[in-house]
Amino acid sequence: MIDVPDLTLVDWSRAQFALTAIYHWLFVPLTLGLSFIVAIMETIYVKTGLEEWKRMTRFWMTLFGINFAIGVATGIILEFEFGTNWSYYSWFVGDIFGAPLAIEGILAFFLESTFVAVMFFGWNKVNKKFHLVSTWLVAVGASLSALWILVANAWMQNPVGMVFNPETARNEMVDFWAVLFNEVAVSKFLHTISSGFLLGSMFVAGISAWYLLQKREHHLATRSLLVAGVFGLLSSLLVVYTGDSSARTLARAQPVKFAAFEALYDGRSDAGLVAAGILKDSDRKIGKKVVKDFSFRIEIPGFLSFMTGGNTRAFVPGINDLILGNPEKGLLPVAEKMRRGKVAQDLLRDYKNARAGNDSVKMSTIRKVFADKQFIEEHFRYFGYASVENPEDAIPNVPLAFYSFHLMVTLGFYFILLFCLVLFLLFRGTIAKQRWFLWILLFSILLPYVAGEMGWVLAEMGRQPWIIQDLMPVSTAVSRIGSGSVITTFVLFAVLFTVLLIAEVSIMIKQIKTGPNH
Amino acid sequence: MGSSPALIKRVFRFYYDGFRSMSWWGKRVWIIILIKLFIIFIILKLFFFRNFLNEKFDNEKQKSEFVLDQLINSK
Repeated sequence: MIDVPDLTLVDWSRAQFALTAIYHWLFVPLTLGLSFIVAIMETIYVKTGLEEWKRMTRFWMTLFGINFAIGVATGIILEFEFGTNWSYYSWFVGDIFGAPLAIEGILAFFLESTFVAVMFFGWNKVNKKFHLVSTWLVAVGASLSALWILVANAWMQNPVGMVFNPETARNEMVDFWAVLFNEVAVSKFLHTISSGFLLGSMFVAGISAWYLLQKREHHLATRSLLVAGVFGLLSSLLVVYTGDSSARTLARAQPVKFAAFEALYDGRSDAGLVAAGILKDSDRKIGKKVVKDFSFRIEIPGFLSFMTGGNTRAFVPGINDLILGNPEKGLLPVAEKMRRGKVAQDLLRDYKNARAGNDSVKMSTIRKVFADKQFIEEHFRYFGYASVENPEDAIPNVPLAFYSFHLMVTLGFYFILLFCLVLFLLFRGTIAKQRWFLWILLFSILLPYVAGEMGWVLAEMGRQPWIIQDLMPVSTAVSRIGSGSVITTFVLFAVLFTVLLIAEVSIMIKQIKTGPNH
Repeated sequence: MGSSPALIKRVFRFYYDGFRSMSWWGKRVWIIILIKLFIIFIILKLFFFRNFLNEKFDNEKQKSEFVLDQLINSK
């Protein structure tokens, strides 16, 4: 007996996962960024022997410690949710998800936990160089932890390096390096950690600005602004560069998501990049879904073609081409992908029947077919389409993808400008007098959080309806549990995480007000 | 390089002194960490996040058959 999931259960399960991930991501990027800034400051201290740098290092290390401690283990809840709410998905992904998460757990425990203790307890107890190495290992360990999580997530965006085993109903990793060096994983990792570095820099810059506004800790604030300004500018340039390569990768691996970023419905050569725009409903439809149109847009001519194909003549497929097909450009319609997915699904059904009838010869033959490259390429890669009802269901929420992408990109360029101004005013020696700018810096602390969350909204919502691109839709992945229990845990999480966030912010504010003289 | 018992004693002493001389914020975040871990691993894990397939089935074969059914019949 197969249960059909009701929409409420799927939606609440998604909302619960989104809530947990969004809260978790409030803590992670600051850990990634601040750990490197602290390591840079301590390196300067060890190189110069100047006590002021030690004082500065210890102050920012304290704020790092508060964030690290409050955020630690919040990601574990996501793993609980995989086992409870997304158990069909967890089973289906098999060791592909398990292996990176296990490596992440071991790395996080041994690298971070061990050396964090040296960072905080080791001042004046271990020698300077060992302490410095520990600080760097914490920073590198945090980024390595992120790497494995992002490798697992990248596999959901672009599943590679595996073979489906019909006997176990699981995907089995056959090429670890293909999973690790998945093109989506590489670009996602670089983009994500550089956004964490940027966030850490903005955090340091904003709090330093507050000290200058308060006319306190002038020396600490200006030196910190220098480190944050240089590291922040480099990070924000890296964010834009890796964002560009990430978009290029998505154009190949997830073309519908890419087209949704730009609300591009009709593919074309010489496609322009929309710098800004407002969407509205048009009169056209794809199936039951209304096509969006622009009521206003500013476009950079030819730039989208240039970004994806290296020249302005390159064809960029639109949502129409990808859903309805474009034979001239070799694009399959979703209806054909649904047919191919059903072929794979029927073969799986045959396998089940063969197993029920103890037909070992047929079982062996079908297992071989599932491992055959041509079958994988022509049919199994579209397995998830067998569960799609209408072609238009493969279109994600276009306005959400469009606005979150453009907000993120706009903020990315804003950060470059801001860090340039920080360095310019620092070198002119007038930054402490520019109170308007200090206020902007202070309030800009929130903006990298917004940009980072938008990035995740884009990555996850832009992939819809898939939980694993083309292989499994979210509706198939969700466990058939009572939606009441999902709603209960959703509320519990909202309360728990909000309390944690309030605790973090209040301890941080108290520590910032106390300053480095504790 | 000291002997193992001496090393263990030094490591213990390192952590012991570290915890004893912890600042106010260190003590506070440790309280928060312990409460949080209790909520996550005792309350949430035991009462709300039981593993769905482990609860329902006794062995891997049953689980794979169940998931196979879902994959075959999902629409």
